[in-house]
Amino acid sequence: MSIKTYAEINARLREGKAVVVTAEEVTTMVQEHGLAETARRVDVVTTGTFAPMCSSGVYLNFGHSAPRIKGHQITLNDVPAYGGLAAVDTYLGATALPANDPLNSNHPGEFRHGGGHVIHDLVAGKPVKLRVTGYGTDCYPRQEVETYITLDDLNEAVLFNPRNCYQNYNVAVNLGERTLYTYMGVLKPRLGNAHYSTSGQLSPLLKDPYFRTIGVGTRIFLGGGIGYVVWNGTQHCPSVREGPTEGSVFAAGGTLTVLGDLKQMSPDWLVGASILGYGATLVVGIGVPIPILDEEILRCAARSDAELYAPIVDYSVAYPQRRPEILGLVSYAELKSGTIKVNGRDVPTAPLSSYSKAREIAHLLKDWLLSGKFTLTEPVQLLPSPDAGLTGKALEIKGPKE
Amino acid sequence: MTPKKVVLRFPADVADKPIIYYLVKDFDLMVNILKANINPHKQGTMIVELSGDKFDAGLAFLQERGVNVQPLSEEIVRNEEQCISCGACTAICPSQALFIDRPSMIVQFDGEKCIVCQLCTRACPVRAMEVKF
Ligand code: SF4
Ligand code: SF4
Repeated sequence: MSIKTYAEINARLREGKAVVVTAEEVTTMVQEHGLAETARRVDVVTTGTFAPMCSSGVYLNFGHSAPRIKGHQITLNDVPAYGGLAAVDTYLGATALPANDPLNSNHPGEFRHGGGHVIHDLVAGKPVKLRVTGYGTDCYPRQEVETYITLDDLNEAVLFNPRNCYQNYNVAVNLGERTLYTYMGVLKPRLGNAHYSTSGQLSPLLKDPYFRTIGVGTRIFLGGGIGYVVWNGTQHCPSVREGPTEGSVFAAGGTLTVLGDLKQMSPDWLVGASILGYGATLVVGIGVPIPILDEEILRCAARSDAELYAPIVDYSVAYPQRRPEILGLVSYAELKSGTIKVNGRDVPTAPLSSYSKAREIAHLLKDWLLSGKFTLTEPVQLLPSPDAGLTGKALEIKGPKE
Repeated sequence: MTPKKVVLRFPADVADKPIIYYLVKDFDLMVNILKANINPHKQGTMIVELSGDKFDAGLAFLQERGVNVQPLSEEIVRNEEQCISCGACTAICPSQALFIDRPSMIVQFDGEKCIVCQLCTRACPVRAMEVKF
């Protein structure tokens, strides 16, 4: 039933004849013109998300000093980076913290400066203090280096995020008696608020829940530059279930591993963040183009906030104790209205993921596509879809022979 | 005397008592309420301008009743460059000074409504909310 191919869409993009709309705009188009007509007209739907994504980081090669050093312990602005790669390669993770950070010793800790902040400084072109110590070898005799580097000084700086772009996420509430400081923000006791963190109808993986188009090699908007999907993300276990209202879905569990050259990214779309009582992280902007190859792909890409559901989870007991129970499903339309009902009570909602910035990303990606600067890539391999039946493995605490 | 601005914070068990009435009746103070707010946990915050000869006695009375009294010397401002319009501050702000404009979903800050509770300064992930002295 395919009505378009990647090659045909790319040809139209190059000729400036393609029709590209955002995931918000397509929702209205389908409501007005129907599925079949819109599928014929629209070539690409753009999506966007801008949210804290902890499983993010950069790998760097900072070049060889004279004499040479083999990095064993490495810090960037006092934040430890990985010393287990080749001599002058390292990986800096978004949640890494300086050795002298007070952490949560005075709860809730502030985590003002971590890996995400260093990545933000690097991409902003600011000088970053690099400290390297080595144990000295015949080929790498030097034992200490302290210098300042900027993004331009590095041979390579590549954003490489093992798990980004969560398809859907919990709506976090607190049934307990004390304020909780979580990665879902400050949760007030006795259902004081509900925090969610997905851009709903703009969220990339909610718009292709069967992974029909997003795969290894998909070119994307990443951190303000161009990036690629290189694999499924860690904990990728996508599933799609029917939602409580007709035509609605509760899709969850899909994730992406993404990669791109940090040198062409922007500090507007990669921002260091401090989550009170939790830690440091990086807010990452991602936009994924969805080619409308057929009507079924469009049907999913056009689902509106009212047709997309998320689970409500208690963060006082259920989440930390890894209990499966949820307090119900709620639609993104309800979440975005500002109040939801939980256990019969009105609870004010707030997002942690910026919807207005997600919309900006979808529009930027649309502009890139229309200008011909960005064309689609056909994945060399699709990612596991819900049909693969992947489920997460839990960690059991056991001895070597059990 | 010239009026002084103070921030009064009322615990839940005091918020419904006619405390301001006593300030006027027993201490003869002039009270000008600039902002007032009661949050869902029934805690109250008020920014008032007080003047009168028994100012100190009035403040002592408030503290005795469990009201936290602080001079208003601080103001909260938002660093517009830094704010990423995420929304993480909006449900914890007790006075709706930080709110989401719909349907644009852009987070707005209305300094007029701010009661300087400072909850947002640490809850904002990018530290866009700053205290100005
Ligand atoms: S200090 Fe922040 S949280 Fe408190 S009222 Fe003002 S804006 Fe709201
Ligand atoms: S939490 Fe901070 S960055 Fe987010 S909307 Fe509020 S002020 Fe802006």
